[in-house]
Order: sequence, then C-alpha cells, then structure tokens
Amino acid sequence: MKQIQLKQVSKCFGNVEVIPPLDLQIEEGEFVVFVGPSGCGKSTLLRLIAGLEDVTTGQVLINGEDATAIPPAKRGLAMVFQSYALYPHMSVRKNIAFPLRMAGLDKAEQARRVEEAASVLNLTDYLDRRPGQLSGGQRQRVAIGRAIVREPTAFLFDEPLSNLDAALRVGMRLEISELHKRLATTMIYVTHDQVEAMTMADKIVVLQAGMIEQVGSPLDLYHKPCNTFVAGFIGSPKMNLLAGKEAAKHDAHTIGIRPEHVAISSTAGEWEGVVGVSEHLGSDTFIHVTCPVFSEPLTVRASGELDLTYGAKVYLTPDLAHLHKFDDLGIRLK
Amino acid sequence: MARTVSTRRKTLTTIAAWTIGIVIFFPILWIIVLSFKTEGDAIKTPLEVLTSLWTFESYAVVQERSDYFKHFTNSVIIALGSTLLGVLVAVPAAWSMAFVPSPRTRGILMWMLSTKMLPAVGVLYPIYLLFIQLGILDSRIGLVVVLMLINLPIIVWMLYTYFREIPGEILEAARMDGATLRAELLYVLTPMAIPGIASTVLLNVILAWNEAFWTLNLTAAKAAPLTAFIASYSSPEGLFYAKLSAASVMAIAPILIMGWFSQKQLVRGLTFGAVK
Repeated sequence: MKQIQLKQVSKCFGNVEVIPPLDLQIEEGEFVVFVGPSGCGKSTLLRLIAGLEDVTTGQVLINGEDATAIPPAKRGLAMVFQSYALYPHMSVRKNIAFPLRMAGLDKAEQARRVEEAASVLNLTDYLDRRPGQLSGGQRQRVAIGRAIVREPTAFLFDEPLSNLDAALRVGMRLEISELHKRLATTMIYVTHDQVEAMTMADKIVVLQAGMIEQVGSPLDLYHKPCNTFVAGFIGSPKMNLLAGKEAAKHDAHTIGIRPEHVAISSTAGEWEGVVGVSEHLGSDTFIHVTCPVFSEPLTVRASGELDLTYGAKVYLTPDLAHLHKFDDLGIRLK
Repeated sequence: MARTVSTRRKTLTTIAAWTIGIVIFFPILWIIVLSFKTEGDAIKTPLEVLTSLWTFESYAVVQERSDYFKHFTNSVIIALGSTLLGVLVAVPAAWSMAFVPSPRTRGILMWMLSTKMLPAVGVLYPIYLLFIQLGILDSRIGLVVVLMLINLPIIVWMLYTYFREIPGEILEAARMDGATLRAELLYVLTPMAIPGIASTVLLNVILAWNEAFWTLNLTAAKAAPLTAFIASYSSPEGLFYAKLSAASVMAIAPILIMGWFSQKQLVRGLTFGAVK
C-alpha cells in the first residue's frame, strides 16, 4: 500500500526554487533513504513531508488522504532531528512522555509506554536524568524513544547520526535498522552519507539540486546507476569514470568501472600505469594508479595486503561484465 | 618582578573602582544620612551633619503624616501588574518575531523601540484626556495599563533576544510531538526561557517602580505610588530635607533590597546577547 505520496510537490524560498515539481511514492513499512550532497534539498523534502515547511505547489498524501493543509502535529508522523532537539528542562522520562501527554493519554498508560520504550532503547537507568547529563548516543536514543512511544504512521529521521563519532554511528545505524525490522513501520531517513544509505535502506532516493536522480534498491543503484552522478555518488571508494579514446572503444562517451572490478597485475593487462599512493586498510588495499590513457588517476581495490612500491609500473584490466557505459549527457547506455 | 607590578596594578584598579562606586552611590548615601537627622541639623555643613545627633524622628513624622503602606501597596500592584501584563502580551509577540520572522520583523522591532524616543510629555495631554473620558484617572488599573505600554517595547526586545537563543528545532520537535501552539508556548518555550523571563521581569519591575512622570501626572490620592509619596515632601513652602530623605529611603529601600538579592540575574539580563 502506498503510504506517503508526493504529487508534483515543489518548494520555493522567495524566488529560489529549491525543489522543482517531483513525484515520489513510499510504500508501507519501507525504509527509504534520501541521499545526496549537501544542499541538494533532501532535508527540505523531509520537512515538506513532516509539514514543517509548506509546499509551494503539489500535494502530500498520507495514507491516501490529502495532508497538504494538515499541521505537523496532526499528521501522525514522528521526527528525529540532527540536533536531537530534546527538551532540556525535562527529564528523560518527561521527554519521552511528551507526545503522549500532548495526545491526552492517561498517566498510567503514559508510564507504561515510556517504560516499554526505555527498555527497548536501554534507557531504563537514565529516565530521571536531564538530557544535559547524557552522552550523544544516549540523547539520540531518547530522541528515538520520543518518536516511537506514540506509534506513528512513519518515522522521519533528519541526519540523526551526523553529530555522533564514527564508532557510535555504526552502532546506532544497526540499532535503527534493528528497530525498523522489529516495528515494521515506514521510515524515511535523510543522510549525506552513502554508506548509511546503502546499509540501511530498502529504497534509496538519490537527490541532486532538488531533483530525484534515481530511485531504487541499494543494489539496483550499485549495479545499474542511471547516470554518472549516481554512479559517482553510490559506492565507496568512488567509481572510476573515464572519458576519451578508451571509452569510445566501448561505444560510449564515458565508461565507469568500480575499483573492485579492476584487476591489477605487474606483468600484463589492458591499461599500463604507474602506482601512486596506496591506502592499506588491512582487509583491502586501495591503490591509486595513473594511466597515460586517462586524464584522471584510477582507484583500484585489491583484497588483502598488496605491496606495490610507489612509482612501480603496473597493468590494469577492467572486468567487462561490470563495465558501465554512459552517453555524452551522462545517461546510462543500455 | 612581574608579580609586584601586577599586585600594584590590582590595588590601583581596586581603589579606582571603589572611588567610582562611592561617587556614584554618594547621593543615595547622603540621603540615608540626612534621613536620620533632625530638620535643623540636615541643612548644616556636611561636617556638622555627620557629627550631629542621629534620630528616627523624620521617619516617625513621615509615617504619621502620610500612609506609607498605602503608597507601597500601590507601587507593588502597579509595578508587578504592569510587568506581568506586559510579559503576557510580549511572549507571543516575541515568539512570532523570533521564530516566524517576516521581512518586516526588523522594522517592527525598530518601530517599537522608536516609541521610547518620543518625549512622554508630548502625549501627556491626549492620554490625560483619555483617562478622564474613561474614568480611570487616579486608578491603579489605568497606571498598570500605561506603564505596561511604556515598558512593552523593552519587554518585547528582551524576550526576543532570549528567544533567539533557543534552537528552533526544539519547537519544531514539539510540533511534531503533537503540541498545539498554546502547548508549545506553555510547556516548551516558556520553561526554557525562564532565566530570560526572570531577568526581564526584574528589570521591568524596577523601571515601573521608579517611573515618575506618568505616576505623578495621572494620580492624585487613591492610586498614588511611592513616587508621589516622595514628591509630596518637596514642596515650595519650605525645605524639608530630613523628611524628604526619610521618604526617599522608604521608597527606594524595597527595590534596593530586591536589586541586591537579584543582581546576578539582573546583570545577566542586561548583558545577555552581548556576552554569551
């Protein structure tokens, strides 16, 4: 069932059109990630769904009903903000209970639901503390707790992990995915981090300059990026996008090959090059190779430890089964 | 010897600070001294004043001649009433300007402040006539309203500055949590702004307490606050320094004591925005 639908929704701030009219459908229970570079309009899009911004044109449908004119408080959506946005003057207990209090639930029911949410999020020991006395990760869990108690139609996450350090981010990422599996509630998640998008999403919406570039499952986007922007944005390290004579050999303006789909050899191969900087991660090695036939260096991913000295001559061979071809407008060729 | 230099500097600054402080405080100090003298001693040379007899005579006379507590009550009601009414009006105004600014917000704020630049006497006549027409001359309610309007620009400005420090995302979170506008203001914004609101209330109570122009012109006997109480001792028939001083001390004592206990909050209020 289509739970949230955007129909020709656009947004202008003054004379600046940040989101040209777009359509989007989000199915019930889906984990949808809006991803794109800073300033691409992904947060604005989320705020339009939340109702915190008014759409300039178009319609927002929630559960099939037109919610365009419904205030955020009545849309039945819960939101987790980047800054956590906890109420500093209330204890954790009161923070989590706030939506229930606003909904007019009786005290006993409020307490029961708060306890339940707290135990799910491991916050039971902290219920009487103020947000100021908690660590970043705990605050984020309180913010999530505040969102889950009211059992919303959908959860909206606005870059919830970007204020956390790297280790905590990985942990919280898992916790949110876990939560989604358990609650099976629709989640819309905004991030600029394509790793978060790839690991968490059922469906990724790639945005650039307010426009939807591609919508698809993480593996769809990985295997069949519809243009060079998506090809370069999804995947880490970035796909090598190569133009010129070598691309023309494949009847394309630009060819794309992911670092993991290039074989490296010191004896023979298709492209000759010189080894630049190598990044050793232990499990993998990323080697930057400069080939005379291309204007930009290529990144190659090799499994395990690979010891190539700086400046050594190597040969690269692309795996043709994973070669992506794009035309002069950057659109994927069949 | 860096250390001795710094000690000497410190001593000098301390002396300078105390000197300036005493110079500023001196008139009030002298009023306190005079209030404990007889009328005759009060007009002698300063040295004679200090060495003459100390007495509570003036206080006794002042209390006997005019009802201090009636004026005190009026002052409390007018100062607190106008401030609280002002805050009630200013919270929604400051909220809208801080969180839903329009291109004209800046202009409106400036316009509000500009009303403070208008000489009060310029509007005395129309307001006086209005008071007569409405039958609120020499009434507390009239003064509460006038002083509220006089101080409203300051209250709005102060609250606006405080509210700007509160992250908008928290209010948006409240909205997402299902809070109505009223609940948002009542349960989220106001509690978070309590320190700011407290400073605003304090400052405006002091301003309203000390306000003399309107309270003197719009009251006679019934609603006269302490400013009128002081003024009644400065008469053209003769100089009553001791009694005038006693009345002044009685009028400023409550606000002085309040200011003393809340000075930390007040200083924070006055420097807010400048020093975070």
